[in-house]
Amino acid sequence: MSVKISVTINGKKYTSQVEPRQLLVYYLREALSLTGAHVGCDTSSCGACTVLIDGNAVKSCTTLAVQVDGTQVTTVEGLAKNGTLHPIQEGFRQEHGLQCGFCTPGMIMSAADLLQNNPNPSETEIRHALEGNFCRCTGYHNIVRSIQWAAKKLQETNAAVL
Amino acid sequence: MTYIGQSVKRVEDKRFTTGKGKYTDDIKLVGMTHAHIVRSPYAHAKILSIDIDTALAHPGVVAIFTGKDIAAAGINGVPAGWQVNFKDGTTMKEPPHPLLVADRVKHVGDGIAVVIAEDDATARDAADLIEIEYEVLPAVTNPAEAIKPGAPQVHDSAPNNMCFDWELGNPKAEVDAAIAASHHVTRLDFINQRMAPNAIEPRSAIGHYDDSKDKYTLYTTSQNPHLTRLLMCAFVLGIPEHKVQVVAPDVGGGFGSKIFHYIEEALVIWASKQIGRPIKWTSDRSEAFLTDAHGRDHVTTAEMGFDKDGKITALRVNTVANLGAYISTFAPAVPTYLHGTLLQGLYTTPKIHVDVIAAFTHTNAVDAYRGAGRPEATYLLERLVDTAALEMGMDPAELRFKNFIPAFDGVTQPGYQTQVALQYDSGNYEPVLERGLEMVGYEQFRKDQAEARKNGKLLGIGFSTYIEACGIAPSAVVGALGARAGLYESAQVRVQPTGKVSVFTGSHSHGQGHETTFAQVVADRLGIAMEDIDIVHGDSDSVAFGMGTYGSRSLAVGGSAIVKSIDKVLEKGAKIAAHKLEAAEEDLEYAGGKWTVKGTDKSIGFGDIALTAYVPHDYPAGLEPGLDFSSFYDPTNFTYPFGCHIAIVEVDQDTGKVTLKRFIAVDDVGNVINPMIVDGQIHGGLAQGIGQALLEGVIYDENGQLVNGSYMDYAMPRADDLPSFEIDRKVTPCPHNPLGVKGAGEAGCIGSTPAVVNAVMDALAPFGVIKNLEMPLTPQRVWRAMHQ
Ligand code: FES
Ligand code: FES
Repeated sequence: MSVKISVTINGKKYTSQVEPRQLLVYYLREALSLTGAHVGCDTSSCGACTVLIDGNAVKSCTTLAVQVDGTQVTTVEGLAKNGTLHPIQEGFRQEHGLQCGFCTPGMIMSAADLLQNNPNPSETEIRHALEGNFCRCTGYHNIVRSIQWAAKKLQETNAAVL
Repeated sequence: MTYIGQSVKRVEDKRFTTGKGKYTDDIKLVGMTHAHIVRSPYAHAKILSIDIDTALAHPGVVAIFTGKDIAAAGINGVPAGWQVNFKDGTTMKEPPHPLLVADRVKHVGDGIAVVIAEDDATARDAADLIEIEYEVLPAVTNPAEAIKPGAPQVHDSAPNNMCFDWELGNPKAEVDAAIAASHHVTRLDFINQRMAPNAIEPRSAIGHYDDSKDKYTLYTTSQNPHLTRLLMCAFVLGIPEHKVQVVAPDVGGGFGSKIFHYIEEALVIWASKQIGRPIKWTSDRSEAFLTDAHGRDHVTTAEMGFDKDGKITALRVNTVANLGAYISTFAPAVPTYLHGTLLQGLYTTPKIHVDVIAAFTHTNAVDAYRGAGRPEATYLLERLVDTAALEMGMDPAELRFKNFIPAFDGVTQPGYQTQVALQYDSGNYEPVLERGLEMVGYEQFRKDQAEARKNGKLLGIGFSTYIEACGIAPSAVVGALGARAGLYESAQVRVQPTGKVSVFTGSHSHGQGHETTFAQVVADRLGIAMEDIDIVHGDSDSVAFGMGTYGSRSLAVGGSAIVKSIDKVLEKGAKIAAHKLEAAEEDLEYAGGKWTVKGTDKSIGFGDIALTAYVPHDYPAGLEPGLDFSSFYDPTNFTYPFGCHIAIVEVDQDTGKVTLKRFIAVDDVGNVINPMIVDGQIHGGLAQGIGQALLEGVIYDENGQLVNGSYMDYAMPRADDLPSFEIDRKVTPCPHNPLGVKGAGEAGCIGSTPAVVNAVMDALAPFGVIKNLEMPLTPQRVWRAMHQ
């Protein structure tokens, strides 16, 4: 038994038949080959799978594909426009906020959520906002700097996060 | 344009920040099936029966294989890559590690059957339908218990659960005598707890046998693809190496755990041939906790003697190291040659002896985890020094200055011969501690601390001045120590006809940024733009050979191999340039991407020479066309980075909670190619070392159940557990490799753990010298220590 869903992902409309038990992250990765969202755990702890649903950061490993019927989903693949990195992506590059890159898509999406709600977060606020995202490589030091870089850039250019 | 020494932004980042990285689990092959492994829920049990019939009949199931099938196929177990013999010279006990177990499981997570199905969910559904009857047997998990008489036995072939015993250093009697004659002896008994490496990318492997070409391809999350190919082909499956391609694409962190050849890699390759379709296996996090090789797990007694002036007189160490149920690839080297050999530390200790017993237990295998042996050595040394300072009422920094080995550059002065086999290459230890003290504002801190104590606040400072050994080599030496592999590196520099350069390196990047750092080195040496260079790694079909990335070896060994090939390119290029410029080779100089006849403006560019090499019309007689060179670089020694780490903590007297207020690290890793990347390596290492001190630790209960095997239960360091780090560097170049580099991957993880623990002990000093407080220093443990 499968269920029909219609969802807009990164601005593009998809209509798919999905199994009711299929998780969003596997729908993205397997059905749509959007492999930017990663799976790092089975307890909804690591945040490697984070995407935005209607602008809010959500763990796609803990969301069923059927739940996104009728929503707007943004994944890390949807951030760069015309080959130009999004300011958050650029921040991670500028401040060396990534090493192996596996946590990075989730970190970037969580940062997007944070900066929408708090355009000028303090270091403490950034660290707190990232408590659902693990990084084993960077020690978080440069991830904090990356998000600060992005916050500054977005403010300077008066740009919206999404 | 010089690139070396610049914080060049990483070449890799575009694909990783846009979600375009290609990790193993991202790969989909046509007709691919999915494997799920049925694993033992018991630490020790006899398998009485396995019934796969219902599972096999489940719709979507393609095949199921059990240990019997593996045995019937004549497949060997996974071999050890390092052999350490008993003190009496007998060979270490090396019981087989089968791909799937047919008779007796030896740890929770031991593989029993593999279910292959059209998709992952079906494979898991079917796995639940397999019925296995067990007879549960008693288990042992603590290595010190395992070697006692009467302990449950892991392998019939390893009496008393001993894999080997081993010693190093000065004669034991001399060390015993020196300890006995010491003015003061500090003794610590402790456990260096078991750690889960926890790369955020779980392991994954895709096996594909293509019968039209009789060729196998393995995609795998490996730090070490060539060695995996060699071990799997030659020792496990007996398949021809030249028909096997191993690809380690983007790999999401390793920290040691992806060095080793794992059973799942061989399983998907073998089973793919049986079913005629590609097979993907991807670990979930729970499986990762159960089966990714763990780290540390030493039970140790260490004693350090001092004379009345605080000079160290002797060091005696006894360690029982837990190997787990099976010998993982490099496991025997970790508690021995990567641990015992580091016990000189930065100090002039004249007498050192270390005894190690490696024990089997009913737990997952233990092998190299970031630092591998060196964190264990550093932990015991640095804990002893700070504890001794507390006991003797001396200043811990002062005690270190008193005992440091004097500076030596390894060029005009010889290297420093330790009591434990190694010869340090170059070192200058006082400046790192001096700089650390300056950064922390030591005098002021002590005043603040005294003030805080008056107000009932517990502030503490902890030191660690560490040394480590990277780029373990040369091959002949490690061979004599038991390595079953060489520890060189290969590199090919292929200049394309247009002057663009492809570099094929046997090092493997899984976060270290080789595509950037190596390109910086090549660009500078050749005087061309970084954009004109492509770094290729991780594919055995394109890279001739490689020994992979671990032990902070990539730049020191792999980078040196690249330099060697560049030298050959320039040497041949000079011959072509001499011909074209009608000058003698010795009259040419190479700079800024061109050969110039000295003292003239006659020159020819690198690109022109490259083109000439491939279109050799006007060309030196007798010279081969082409500009493409391979090299193998086998270092003459290890490299020895060192540094000073200082932690400041506050302990909450009511709850026992430790807050890390500041962390200062001054590291000397030799020359630095990309400061931004080196800083990042230090940061990441610090987080892991601090994690061990305060948060992490794998816990097995007495039945051998891993009780905290998920991210809900195992405390990974999060962003709000850590402060921003304050780091600086000193530079003492490595005297024996062409780049003068030492390695930075593990330093942060090696130095930081004892600094944090020492800081907590210093904070708790008003409660006396506390010795029985084990890592991780959770609030509960710290609170108990204050109330005992
Ligand atoms: S994979 Fe979703 S939180 Fe870890
Ligand atoms: S960059 Fe590797 S886990 Fe964050």
